[in-house]
Amino acid sequence: MSTDSTIIEVNNLVRRFGDRAVLDDISFNVHRGETLVIMGGSGCGKSTLLRHMIGSMKPTSGSVRIFGEEITAMKERQVERVRLRLGMLFQSGALLASLTVDENVALPLVQHTKKSPDEIEQIVKRKLEMVGLTGFEDLKPDEISGGMKKRVGLARALALDPELLFSDEPTSGLDPIMTAVVDQLTLKLAQGTHMTAVVVSHDMTSAFRIATRMIMLGHGSIVAQGTPDEIRNSSNPEVQQFIHGEPDGPIPLNLSQEEHKDHQHVRPRPFLGARFRFHHKRP
Amino acid sequence: MGVLAFCALKRQVKNYLQLNLSLLYWILIAPFTGQFFKIAPIFRQMVFVGVRAAPMVALTAFSVGVTLAMQAAHSLESLGAQMYIPDLVMLTLLREMGPVLIAVIVIGRSGSAVAAELGTMKVSEEIEALEVMAINPVQYLVVPRFLAMMVMLPALTIFGNYIGIVGGWAVCRFALNFNTAGYIMRALESADTWDLYSGMIKSAVFAWIIITISCNAGLNVEGGAEGVGQATTASVVQALLAMLVMNAVLTGIFFFAG
Ligand SMILES: Nc1ncnc2c1ncn2[C@@H]1O[C@H](COP(=O)(O)OP(=O)(O)OP(=O)(O)O)[C@@H](O)[C@H]1O
Ligand SMILES: [Mg+2]
Repeated sequence: MSTDSTIIEVNNLVRRFGDRAVLDDISFNVHRGETLVIMGGSGCGKSTLLRHMIGSMKPTSGSVRIFGEEITAMKERQVERVRLRLGMLFQSGALLASLTVDENVALPLVQHTKKSPDEIEQIVKRKLEMVGLTGFEDLKPDEISGGMKKRVGLARALALDPELLFSDEPTSGLDPIMTAVVDQLTLKLAQGTHMTAVVVSHDMTSAFRIATRMIMLGHGSIVAQGTPDEIRNSSNPEVQQFIHGEPDGPIPLNLSQEEHKDHQHVRPRPFLGARFRFHHKRP
Repeated sequence: MGVLAFCALKRQVKNYLQLNLSLLYWILIAPFTGQFFKIAPIFRQMVFVGVRAAPMVALTAFSVGVTLAMQAAHSLESLGAQMYIPDLVMLTLLREMGPVLIAVIVIGRSGSAVAAELGTMKVSEEIEALEVMAINPVQYLVVPRFLAMMVMLPALTIFGNYIGIVGGWAVCRFALNFNTAGYIMRALESADTWDLYSGMIKSAVFAWIIITISCNAGLNVEGGAEGVGQATTASVVQALLAMLVMNAVLTGIFFFAG
């Protein structure tokens, strides 16, 4: 099943919080050079899935192999070795509040390379330019906006030129132009340096712009996966509802159970999905 | 309920021991594998733990020196032994009051601040971000604080002792008309170096207790801002208790058993 070009292999991943299974039997692969977009409703477990892929959460059961090694069974030392090869942008940015913007971006370089302070300054400047930020180097994270934090976080994730980038909603909170800049950066890195990227996004414009493959999560499992075209033309009503952002459809809102039944009774949807797995219970 | 509490306690103890082990690794073993700790962050922490605490330590120590001298004057007067006031001030400060009181100040000031700072970093995902950047939080955050505390608490104790003795001198000189040279002679005669060393050993042990308890509380925070508050309070209470119990044990070993 796995080939040489497989970078991440997730098999039968299950994660429970209490008795609620947030991730329920998830399996997929990521290949070298691919940009995989993970989408799905808020709270459906996208960030949790990323955390399992970078080894900062342990699954209830199942396996996650990264660069061909099982990360769930690794010792701290081995995990660190793997992590030097990847960059991660957190949903909140997760910048160190006690350091300035440029110290944050410089941190991985200072800790893991023997570069001189001048070289590091050059690299930091270049990375910040890449994400469209100049002139804010000396501010602390709580003095910059949410969208700026995101971009600093992205610059920091890219500081060591990772071969694998995880980014959790890189474009949420950005204006359309900055979104395009960040998307272009991802595309350029993917094409130019064959960087592999796993991007969580529910910004559909941005998702279709960068993705080479897409996965949609729902109810703890994979609702649909395929190329952007396959997803766009998917006959799965859940997928269509999600990518067009319609309030009515098969994806249940937070209605009470009674209302939920009514809701489905009023708007029955034809079941056409042959190609995609479809886990929604029919009324 | 009882079982749950026991499990929580067991986990806390395990976390605490793990932190101590990894701290020992980063201080004693890692430097020989080429991962020497950086000096700048240690100095930054030393300024915070030590230099900024100096005014408070001075004020406390001076008041304690004055109080001790006044109490001693009161009790020793009836015995006609007022000449022993310097002895009492000196020995009490060096052996007990100096190390303990200054540790109390440092727990309230720096221990709680460290627990709150690391706790906030934990809940805002900064610790996780460090780990994902392959930066060990113990190496990056705990080691500089630990070394700063190990240097600065004994240093503050020496400083506090000195100020306390000045406080005792102020009472003797201005209220009881001792002459200054007499006070100094008497004070130096009463104490031997072991009195000083025992206080230093105590304050080094307290430094260890304070900083490991605060860091451990901060790094294991769960549950948002509320969790940070609880962990901070818990770290102050635990550090105080552990410090006072350890003080009794050390006094027993130094001055009773020997
Ligand atoms: N540490 C935790 N303890 C308990 N439950 C958790 C924990 N972390 C996440 N969850 C639960 O897991 C579910 C998925 O959370 P996650 O953060 O992965 O969602 P998400 O898909 O990233 O949502 P969003 O798009 O809003 O960021 C949520 O329902 C959340 O309550
Ligand atoms: Mg999320």
